[in-house]
Amino acid sequence: MTPKLQLLFEQLPDLLGGHLTLAVPAIFIGVLISVPLGILCVKSATVRGPVMSLVSLVQTIPSIALLAIMVALLGGTIGYWPAFIALLVYSILPIIRNTIVGLESVDPAMREAAKAVGMRPLQQLLLVELPLALPVILAGIRTATVWVVGIATLSTPVGAPSLGNYIFSGLQLRDWQRVIFGCIATMTLSLVLDQLIAVIEKSIQSRRRVSLVLATCALASLVGIGLAPGLVTPDSAGFANLLGQREGAEEANDLVESTMTLDGQVIRIGAKGFTEQFILAEVLRERIRKVGGTPEVLTNMGSTIVFDALAKNTIDIYIDYTGTLWSTVLKELDPINRISMRAVVAGRLFDEFGIVVVGSLGFENTYALVTKRETVARYGLSQIGDITPAARDLRIGGDPEFFGRPEWQRVRQLYSLGDITEVGMDSTFMYQAVADGQVDVAAGFSTDGRIDAFDLAVLKDPKQAFPPYDAVILLSPEASKNKNLVHAIEPLVNRISVTAMRTANRLVDEGGETPKEAAGQLLPD
Amino acid sequence: MNMDVPAIELVALTKCFRNAKKPAVDSVNLSVAQGEVLAIVGGSGSGKTTTLKMINRLIEPTSGSVRVMGEDVTNRDPVILRRSIGYAFQGVGLFPHMTVGQNVGVTLRLLSQSGECVSKRVDELLTMVELPADEYRDRLPAELSGGQQQRVGFARALASKPRAILMDEPFGALDPITRDGLQQEFRSLQKKLQLSVVLVTHDMSEAVLLSDRVAVMHEGEVAQVGSPRELLTNPVNDYVAQLIDTPRRHSDFIESLMRMAPGEGTQ
Repeated sequence: MTPKLQLLFEQLPDLLGGHLTLAVPAIFIGVLISVPLGILCVKSATVRGPVMSLVSLVQTIPSIALLAIMVALLGGTIGYWPAFIALLVYSILPIIRNTIVGLESVDPAMREAAKAVGMRPLQQLLLVELPLALPVILAGIRTATVWVVGIATLSTPVGAPSLGNYIFSGLQLRDWQRVIFGCIATMTLSLVLDQLIAVIEKSIQSRRRVSLVLATCALASLVGIGLAPGLVTPDSAGFANLLGQREGAEEANDLVESTMTLDGQVIRIGAKGFTEQFILAEVLRERIRKVGGTPEVLTNMGSTIVFDALAKNTIDIYIDYTGTLWSTVLKELDPINRISMRAVVAGRLFDEFGIVVVGSLGFENTYALVTKRETVARYGLSQIGDITPAARDLRIGGDPEFFGRPEWQRVRQLYSLGDITEVGMDSTFMYQAVADGQVDVAAGFSTDGRIDAFDLAVLKDPKQAFPPYDAVILLSPEASKNKNLVHAIEPLVNRISVTAMRTANRLVDEGGETPKEAAGQLLPD
Repeated sequence: MNMDVPAIELVALTKCFRNAKKPAVDSVNLSVAQGEVLAIVGGSGSGKTTTLKMINRLIEPTSGSVRVMGEDVTNRDPVILRRSIGYAFQGVGLFPHMTVGQNVGVTLRLLSQSGECVSKRVDELLTMVELPADEYRDRLPAELSGGQQQRVGFARALASKPRAILMDEPFGALDPITRDGLQQEFRSLQKKLQLSVVLVTHDMSEAVLLSDRVAVMHEGEVAQVGSPRELLTNPVNDYVAQLIDTPRRHSDFIESLMRMAPGEGTQ
């Protein structure tokens, strides 16, 4: 086994555990809710109308949006609960629909026979109608299972670890092995659960008690594993705590200058879903471990989700960019210069959210419109304004978030780019796309290693349409009261230059190194 | 027990279904003496099945009353009432997910008899309908022939030792030979157990062969009630005359065939 594959397998218990913890209880509780609700729908037309319209309507919400909505509905809580509730909601429709269809397809003669032999309504339901409807209901549960296990991969961006971590980070790191590994793991889990339910179904029909008991036990133990996350995440609680303390103690002996220690405290580090954030999260992890803390990293979080989580003290620390905070959090439209922005953002985040900006890391990761050298030559480009005359014929690639952001609206307006064609794509693909000529310009990031790797030119922004994007370290209101944590983080301020960051990004994106290795080279102390 | 009280008595029993122009069952008066078989005969839509289902309150009457052993059924819990009256269904009505034994014992379990009691009685009943218990008890209905299924249906109807049995076209779906055999067995069982039976059928021959008295229903009303002989000799109207005449015409025709020389009947 290659070391890379080995690394993927090492993460499997944690991620599979996270996935099971989400999916299995969601399906289980989904059954407990949907079957009675389905029965109620069959018995009462007044319940059925509203219930079915609501359930069908919810089902049409795209799953990733539903997950994000759940975060908002839970007041910014990230992690397990929003993901769990969204999956639960998704499991309901197929089960409820099949319960209704199953019960309604019971031969009316059977219902009359049940009545005629002297069954009360509840006995008719339990002894005749439900057993006869069971195959159809189980088919619904199987459908729900396959859906939920698949959709559970999308809980990664809302901060709940799942097999989706492989897929999301693989996409960002352009590590196809990782993506495929995540897909295969998810598919296997789907198939195993589906087949277990199929075995239960068959053994009920053929009255084979032994296989029924075995399959039920297997399913129950999966539910058990799902409900007892402590069993499958050795990284959590006591064990890691112990390790952290021991490392912390050793550290205290080594570093005479520093007497403070985090004493094994769990520090939750957030990160958005791109390479630079993965590397910076590793930098923070290493830093916190050095001073005896127990770091936990949640990666691939959505941009606003990670901020809300910090404001709610759900995570303790993450790195954001002043320009992003300026427009998406503070809702400011016109940018100001770099130094003032840093000061205003720091002041207002503290006043409005109690969030503390520890300082800048020392580099800016701003948006940069990039293009290949041939295009530069053909249209005589040196700055963004030079695109304007040819805008009608040009295509710009960027991630869908970018085209929705106020910065892009501003750029389009200031440089009159209204005619340019927008092509939304994952940021993983856009540098390749511009290098291949599939798009003419890409909305890249100034620290991205692929700008050098693909030998792309960065267009100047003389009108300063893009605001400055200083990378800053943010601490949650609670975490900022932790003096030891603040002291531990302070040494990172102004330590990373833009070239160092770009090199680290390139090591991961092009050199195939892990974010952890790149983080080690970025700050080799 | 007072033998003078009719087992089942229908008094001015009427059922109007919603949105129907005329009543499905219109003031029907009938009585079934203890140990008697009453056949209700009529075409489709004559109201015979509706009448039957009002006896154990599968259908609630619009007006009139039903008395079982002298007691008005509206005073009784319909579920308890149904457990005390056997019911043999059109198309058998066995539960496909239950074994033969479970089907036969279902009413007994509903009456919360002990498991041992139930299985003893189930074996007894299966033996009574000539299905060896050890061989058939654990089979599923789908593994039986039509005639065997109907036997299981009878056994189930007889499980709680009811004094009255309601039968809705119980022999309808059987081949003639099986039907003939089962009809004979039914008659002897009925005599042995002194069952009071209401038998709904559209087949006049079956009614004549199996019942003590026949009620002819037409468009929701009882046209005539009497012994098969009374109906044959003194039909009240053309409809009854025509209906009761069919078994006789059949037997006359068969008789004439028998008298013919070989080859004559094929022309």
